Amino acid sequence: MSASRRMLATIVAIAVLLPTSGRVARAQDAGARIEIKAHGFGVPELTVPLGTTVTWINHDDDPHTVTSTANVFRSPGLDTDETWAYTFTRPGTYEYFCTLHPLMTGKVIVRSGS
Amino acid sequence: MSERVDVDRRGFLKCMAWTGTGLLWSVSGGVLSSRPIGAGAAEAAESPGAPATFSFAQISDTHIGFKGEANRDSMATFEAAVARIRALDPKPAFLIHTGDITHTQKAGSFDIAREGLRSAGVERTFWVPGEHDVYADGGAEYLERFATGRPGRGWQSFDHGGVHFVGLVNVLTYKAGGLGNLGAEQLEWLERDVAGLSSSTPIVVFAHVPLWAVYPQWGWVTDDAAQALGYLRRFGSVTVLNGHIHQIMQKVEGNVTFHTARSTAFPQPAPGAAPSSGPMKVPAETLRDVLGIREVTYAPGRDRLAVVDASLA
Repeated sequence: MSASRRMLATIVAIAVLLPTSGRVARAQDAGARIEIKAHGFGVPELTVPLGTTVTWINHDDDPHTVTSTANVFRSPGLDTDETWAYTFTRPGTYEYFCTLHPLMTGKVIVRSGS
Repeated sequence: MSERVDVDRRGFLKCMAWTGTGLLWSVSGGVLSSRPIGAGAAEAAESPGAPATFSFAQISDTHIGFKGEANRDSMATFEAAVARIRALDPKPAFLIHTGDITHTQKAGSFDIAREGLRSAGVERTFWVPGEHDVYADGGAEYLERFATGRPGRGWQSFDHGGVHFVGLVNVLTYKAGGLGNLGAEQLEWLERDVAGLSSSTPIVVFAHVPLWAVYPQWGWVTDDAAQALGYLRRFGSVTVLNGHIHQIMQKVEGNVTFHTARSTAFPQPAPGAAPSSGPMKVPAETLRDVLGIREVTYAPGRDRLAVVDASLA
């Protein structure tokens, strides 16, 4: 396992261990990553500070998309191991889903405070 | 949902899938009968000399461009499926493709599918899209290539040999948390389309996502299918052909018989049998057992269509 993969595994493990389904990204995080696996967004609800870049990575054999329900952002189809990133520059709650598997949904909450 | 109920349902559906494999199914007045696949479709029709007896073939979920672990060479299995169709005797009158033509709408994928099926030696293919064919661009490329001149957004109907065929599109309005959906415009069209037909007209409906609730937890259902089926209830023989779930299942509801088809690219797990519905890896030597095509035969004067599934093994 490479160092970066180990780090990803740690992030996922931390997310899983949090008492709620959400994860709060700290201000010093360079960014946040959401692993897509087994037809699910690894962190279904993520809270980040303004200006955070969130990266989604698809580990499934199936393609997925990260598509805002309010048409704020729309990734292309992510094939296996492909990533897509979006920088959140306005506070708010961003709900998204996969247009191929619409039962896959997630949410990013962007806070204006540091 | 409690685990017990879940398991019961899963067991039931697994059983449904198993009983379909390798058998010829026919239905009359809601009663299924079966015979080994080797008996042949022409024999099943029982009137080989009748001029209007015809068959057609269904191919589904070709997922052109798929390279995942579940099948590293989905082109080879696609070509094997085309060869199976080419070898059908009697020759099918036409083909229907029930969607997920491509895996990710990569450039050239639709052309590969179209050219491949042309080499099957069948005069015409009728297409409906799967979600993999429309998700990247809302269906723009699919509609331009396969649905020009059609009403609405690609739905279609035609008549052949006394049978009325309806191709429905249930993947264009996927919303967050949603399921397969036909939409009000298409439902109104369907109601008008069949309004003038005699109730003795055999109906064949084909669409990508199943028109019955196979497994809603995985989105294997069309949420407004009941309304569509309501318009078809008065007909004595309705055959519904779907894809999407990459495995054979049947269900009979009154005069309506539902069939889902195998893929030519990769199998998917039985409902609830895996953490997700994604591509299922099977031992390489058994992969072609779970991929396949389908032949459907209609004989005039009989209200049942003979449905034969053939694996690529």
